[in-house]
Amino acid sequence: MQFDSLQALWQMGGHGPFVWAAYAIALCTLLSIVWAPLARRRRFFAEQRGIERRRAARGQGAAVQQRPETP
Amino acid sequence: MWPIFHKLGSPRWFYQMSGKWLPWLAVLSAALLACGAAWGLLYAPPDFRQGNSFRIIYIHVPASMLSMAGYVLMAVAGAISLIWRMKLAEVAMKCAAPIGAALTFLALVTGSIWGKPTWGAWWVWDARITSVLVLFFLYMGVIALYEAFENQQAAAKACAVLSLVGVVNVPIIYWSVEWWYSLHQPATLKLMGKSSMAPSMLYPLLIMIAGFYCFYALALLLHMRSEILQRERSTQWVRELVSRRTAGV
Repeated sequence: MQFDSLQALWQMGGHGPFVWAAYAIALCTLLSIVWAPLARRRRFFAEQRGIERRRAARGQGAAVQQRPETP
Repeated sequence: MWPIFHKLGSPRWFYQMSGKWLPWLAVLSAALLACGAAWGLLYAPPDFRQGNSFRIIYIHVPASMLSMAGYVLMAVAGAISLIWRMKLAEVAMKCAAPIGAALTFLALVTGSIWGKPTWGAWWVWDARITSVLVLFFLYMGVIALYEAFENQQAAAKACAVLSLVGVVNVPIIYWSVEWWYSLHQPATLKLMGKSSMAPSMLYPLLIMIAGFYCFYALALLLHMRSEILQRERSTQWVRELVSRRTAGV
């Protein structure tokens, strides 16, 4: 280990603010890249559940044409 | 050979296959990134001239590499979607844009933070930095162009053309340190032959680069899957997925 103490690790010989800021921004960026599609997916399923529920309530569940997979 | 392409072009097949790869990619990228970051932060020796600020390299270099590789992927996907009208290629191109933009932003910001203690300035109109900024604008341009069209097919065509036109920027970024007098040092990493970086500094960098590549694959799959769900929402297989989720299966 290059650092003798947590204090030394935090300060990094005066470069601590730069290094830790860069790593913090990197962590936030990578997490947001992964979080965004997961949140979109959750929203999608919530919306589709609502649509299906309304369809079933209107009694159109069986009557709606279900499209096969598009080529 | 063509049946493979036909399968590759099927959103449903892709959705099902990618679901199997996701956990492995997640574990692999998390492990590589954690290991590389810990090694680089705690165990790599400080640089003779730059001291501990050089540790930003373990974020900056992989992010920069992926921002360029991601753009090439986006352009190739655009070309495939234009030539063969493959739906998955179009989805890949659309999804590569925000991921690439975020990674380019990360490269620019970490580079700026690294530049302050090293060069004494947050920003310099250096050849490489300027061309990476242009790359960022190109990514944002692709994202904006998608939103500008009401017709999805027209949007995809326009974005594919923009991606292809902009791909010339990638070799410019790569060769800028050779062609122009630049603050950036010439390439230290080499595919063939010996890199001019000490092994104790190089190995964590290679691990971080591998980790970022795995992370990119993970991110692209996640984005593509949610995009495919949206596009295929009225198909039978998606509706079955929704009802299975509603039933708690």
